[in-house]
Amino acid sequence: MYEIVVKKSLGEGVNLYGIYAPDIASKVLPGQFVILRVSDKGERVPITVANADKKEKTITIMVQTLGKTTHMLSELNKGDSLSDVVGPLGVPTEIEKFGTVVCIGGGFGIAAVYPIAKALRDLGNNVISIIGARSKNLLLMENEMRSASSEILIATNDGSYGTKGIVTDVLRRLIYEDNLPINRVVAIGPVIMMKAVSDLTRERHIKTMVSLNPIMIDGTGMCGACRVLVDNKIKFACVDGPDFDGHLVDFDNLMSRLKFYKEEEKASYECHMKEHHNKV
Amino acid sequence: MDKNESKPFDAKERLKIKRHEMSSQPSEERRRNFKEVPYGYSPEEAVEEAKRCIRCKKPYCIEGCPVNINIPAFIKLIEDGDFLGAAKKIKETNSLPAICGRVCPQEDQCEKVCIIGKRKDTPSVAIGNLERFAADYEAEHGNVHIEIKTEKDKKIAVVGGGPAGLTVAGDLRKMGYSVSIFEALHQIGGVLMYGIPEFRLPKDILMRELNVLKDMGVKVFTNAVIGKTITVDELLEERGYDAVFIGTGAGTPKFLNIPGEELNGIYSSNEFLTRVNLMRAYDKSEYDTPIKIGKMLVVFGAGNTAMDSVRTGLRLGYDDARVFYRRSRKEMTARLEEVHHAEEEGIKFEFLINPVRFIGNESQNVTAVECLRMELGDPDESGRRKPVPIKGSEFTISIDAAVIAIGTNANPIVPNSTPGMDLNKWGHIIVDENTEKTTKKGVFAGGDISTGAATVILAMGAGKKAVVAINEYLETGIW
Ligand SMILES: Cc1cc2nc3c(=O)[nH]c(=O)nc-3n(C[C@H](O)[C@H](O)[C@H](O)COP(=O)(O)OP(=O)(O)OC[C@H]3O[C@@H](n4cnc5c(N)ncnc54)[C@H](O)[C@@H]3O)c2cc1C
Ligand SMILES: Cc1cc2nc3c(=O)[nH]c(=O)nc-3n(C[C@H](O)[C@H](O)[C@H](O)COP(=O)(O)OP(=O)(O)OC[C@H]3O[C@@H](n4cnc5c(N)ncnc54)[C@H](O)[C@@H]3O)c2cc1C
Ligand code: SF4
Ligand code: SF4
Ligand code: FES
Repeated sequence: MYEIVVKKSLGEGVNLYGIYAPDIASKVLPGQFVILRVSDKGERVPITVANADKKEKTITIMVQTLGKTTHMLSELNKGDSLSDVVGPLGVPTEIEKFGTVVCIGGGFGIAAVYPIAKALRDLGNNVISIIGARSKNLLLMENEMRSASSEILIATNDGSYGTKGIVTDVLRRLIYEDNLPINRVVAIGPVIMMKAVSDLTRERHIKTMVSLNPIMIDGTGMCGACRVLVDNKIKFACVDGPDFDGHLVDFDNLMSRLKFYKEEEKASYECHMKEHHNKV
Repeated sequence: MDKNESKPFDAKERLKIKRHEMSSQPSEERRRNFKEVPYGYSPEEAVEEAKRCIRCKKPYCIEGCPVNINIPAFIKLIEDGDFLGAAKKIKETNSLPAICGRVCPQEDQCEKVCIIGKRKDTPSVAIGNLERFAADYEAEHGNVHIEIKTEKDKKIAVVGGGPAGLTVAGDLRKMGYSVSIFEALHQIGGVLMYGIPEFRLPKDILMRELNVLKDMGVKVFTNAVIGKTITVDELLEERGYDAVFIGTGAGTPKFLNIPGEELNGIYSSNEFLTRVNLMRAYDKSEYDTPIKIGKMLVVFGAGNTAMDSVRTGLRLGYDDARVFYRRSRKEMTARLEEVHHAEEEGIKFEFLINPVRFIGNESQNVTAVECLRMELGDPDESGRRKPVPIKGSEFTISIDAAVIAIGTNANPIVPNSTPGMDLNKWGHIIVDENTEKTTKKGVFAGGDISTGAATVILAMGAGKKAVVAINEYLETGIW
């Protein structure tokens, strides 16, 4: 059913997949995600849609290989199929004429921020992008991001490309040294990054939207597993989000919720690797 | 079968026969496994139980059943040993008897009004057990293939694969319509699949019913969230469906809205049960979705959902699984049989307790809950005495997990994406009670999405009404 029509490695542990999914391709908007199952005994995992091709009826996702499910996905090739892909889920990102928007992507978050940057720019915003990764060879979608932005700034932890440091170092410079007037920030990446960005922009009251990635099951508001605290109220990230105002999000709670099943995930991963690869 | 046994004998003799309870897995064993609890009747037990029915001239039991099964007629067929005939009789009005026999709250429906049960000392005829028996017998020995006689050229889209949607799909297909079910999850069945556990409704039985539908030619599209993947308007205008039935269920879980509810280890009953039922988290060696197991589990609530959660917790391996309810035993809404089974399994019930906050550790995992004791005050709007807190009665109890089973709100995905379809103040779809028509032309709705959380058989009953009205609408074109 959901055939993999393209598979590309984007560097260490990150793959791009083009998946045949006509209904989703014709509907998806920036900021939305899908939930997929690799096998019929597998978990349901949420993944942001990075791009869609209505003509080819495909969607593009970029996935970081982390645990069992993403590992099983990485073992599939062009021509293989996924058990299930459902979407597009979540509320699309607010795309309006804001003025100057800084789009920040960290790690696989770059894949998620790309369609948003593109849509914002198509609407005439001045899009400044900051993308970051641990090292140059882990940096995703640089060319795409370049074409979706008026200006692109890069940070790598090891200094192998762009500024040495993290995306917030670059953002701090823009805000506090260059005194750049910024109308809005969109930040997607590791929770810790989104938290740091929100802390930076809070003082200057720059509206900052983040995309939250809690553990999900159904993705339709049925289970409440994805609940996050926003302005001290419970929100379901799959239907109320995944985008929220970063200044109101309880990031510490999100981080702890993401860690809850660590032991079980580790055991399941190790068991999978043992069975299928005789390693670990 | 001994033919002599089927000869008529008088009511007095019938009244002497004791009600047959189904034998079941010993509580000591079953509290740690997911196998079905009652074994079901043997043919002999079924015939004996069937003899208890006195075939009333005015059978109240039929009125007590929301889909008006001809109860005395099917019971007589069982008494006569014609078990397949009994199943057929039931299926004239109820297409999912193996399921209803197991999960209907009979004591509030057919068995509540059974004349035998009205007398002192004689419990009502075990209608549900007999229904289950006939359906299971048919599945094992009968031919459940259904021929579609005349194909019609009209198409109906059914949104949601729960009991309401399954009924509409099955009955319209039987009439010859082309029917497609669109289901958000990766499997159809609705609450029967993700909510009600294996030990109460084995998934094999559900699969059997679902396969009958597929065999009849009902098309099933899973992974289709209507309102997101495709809208209702698109089904009608672009995809060529002549009518749409919405049966999307009760939807989205309520929380207590008390401090600490965001902590790890606190689940909605939907999440807890979905992990275990739909995603099979109890079978760690085969399935990937995780679930945590600890020492103490507390479930808040008193309905079927609460019973299913607490008994699931016990079976997963919690040492102690308890129910805390803010009212008293009298107000519990769960099926009686489930409460009895839970108690036999060693589950403790504590009444007149309300949680006030959850307490967690540095990893934000829940470690305790603080509660207040309540007493019953004056009756509230629902006519039930309202629980009021007793001052200074706070106490704290250590827990590893909590399940919140206090009900659901309507899921807004379909309503919000369907202009022209009116909702009531709770967000439920407004329908005409006789036809299940919504305020939008061509669109019908029924089951929990229009009534709020109710029962399997009421959802099916709504489906039945919709089928009549959909057929009429498609034949006449008159809305
Ligand atoms: C809205 C959303 C969009 C996302 N987009 C992307 C994306 O574009 N690319 C990408 O690589 N990843 C994305 N993720 C994260 C991705 O879902 C997880 O990496 C994936 O579930 C890990 O599964 P696993 O079995 O391989 O790893 P596991 O070993 O099971 O888990 C590794 C970590 O992933 C998280 N996780 C586990 N299960 C789930 C689950 N069911 N739902 C969410 N998180 C889970 C937990 O933090 C866990 O500790 C997104 C998550 C969300 C909620
Ligand atoms: C744990 C639990 C135990 C219960 N026990 C009993 C019992 O013992 N006896 C009894 O009579 N009743 C019981 N009930 C109640 C009963 O299950 C429900 O009243 C009944 O299932 C309602 O049927 P429905 O068809 O309206 O909806 P549901 O069964 O809720 O099915 C709705 C379906 O629609 C799908 N859906 C939702 N949104 C969309 C969308 N946008 N697009 C496509 N599909 C969608 C859902 O995924 C689901 O499959 C129980 C309920 C629960 C939760
Ligand atoms: S469907 Fe339910 S209410 Fe009707 S006869 Fe069967 S058990 Fe009783
Ligand atoms: S009311 Fe009871 S005794 Fe009378 S017909 Fe119905 S099941 Fe039989
Ligand atoms: S994932 Fe179940 S409600 Fe959001």
